Amino acid sequence: MGSDTYSQGTAAPSRDKNSLVQMSAIQSQSRADEAHLIKRVCEGEREVFYELVRPYERMVYATAISIVKNPADAEEVAQEAVLKAFSKLSSFRGESKFSTWLVQITYNEAKMKLRKAHANLYESIDDSQQTENGEFWPKDYADWRPIPSELLEENEIRQAVQHAISSLSANYREVLILRDVQRLSIKETTTILGISEGSVKTRLHRARLLLRDSLAPGIDGCWIKGQPYRKVRPW
Amino acid sequence: MPTIEISCVEVWREISNYLDEDISVDLRERMEKHFGACAHCTAVLDGTRNVVGLVGDGTLFQMPEGFNKRLYDKIRELPPNVPRE
Repeated sequence: MGSDTYSQGTAAPSRDKNSLVQMSAIQSQSRADEAHLIKRVCEGEREVFYELVRPYERMVYATAISIVKNPADAEEVAQEAVLKAFSKLSSFRGESKFSTWLVQITYNEAKMKLRKAHANLYESIDDSQQTENGEFWPKDYADWRPIPSELLEENEIRQAVQHAISSLSANYREVLILRDVQRLSIKETTTILGISEGSVKTRLHRARLLLRDSLAPGIDGCWIKGQPYRKVRPW
Repeated sequence: MPTIEISCVEVWREISNYLDEDISVDLRERMEKHFGACAHCTAVLDGTRNVVGLVGDGTLFQMPEGFNKRLYDKIRELPPNVPRE
């Protein structure tokens, strides 16, 4: 059971051995390149730092917005996180991937911003509905046949998905963002969030089912029929 | 809801692990047999798979326009040297 590698199960075919070897080689090369860039930055080539963080800009922004939930604050958090990463770069030992380290800094910065703003006083839909240890039952059994990914190109659908994600409570939203949006491994997610592997799996499971309940065509899914998104749940 | 070697509740509990291929071969077989006979659980599976696909699309969170440039400008304001520990 591959708990530390991200896979989409039946959503995508399993990779064969050759492609896994190839991927591993690319990852090793990429980490070696990053180590070289980090060394150059630490030796005084400040401009190279942008080259180092550029591949992860979206990752940093998505992490930030998943916590602070508005674009302006997310951008501020992203900038603060990147600047903090620069100031702490000499302490980076390469024990985790640079991207994991950067996302962890972003996560901490975003949490700090929330604490300062007391914005986490309101958390939403599902906190009160079940405990993490309780069973979660789907709310209906609407048939939701596979949909083409081009649908996401439609702004309205993207907004519906974003809205559904932002309606999740923080515990579920953060795990979903790290695992399903950023595609981090379970191990990386446990490192960033400081929770157990079991909690990561449980929260991810809940998050996915809650999103399904929220987006399934039988409930809120007007958008799939070409109608404007309309929230019909009470939360 | 039929119970075919494995109940619907057990299937729901494992659906996420099923999608992540993080279950035993035996459990996978039992779940697949269940999906073959239970339209409800198949609907839950399809919907959950769709959610994973939509969320992981990569275009879900668009960075604000000019984000890259503003970030680059911030980096250029940094001191030239990384602070030593």
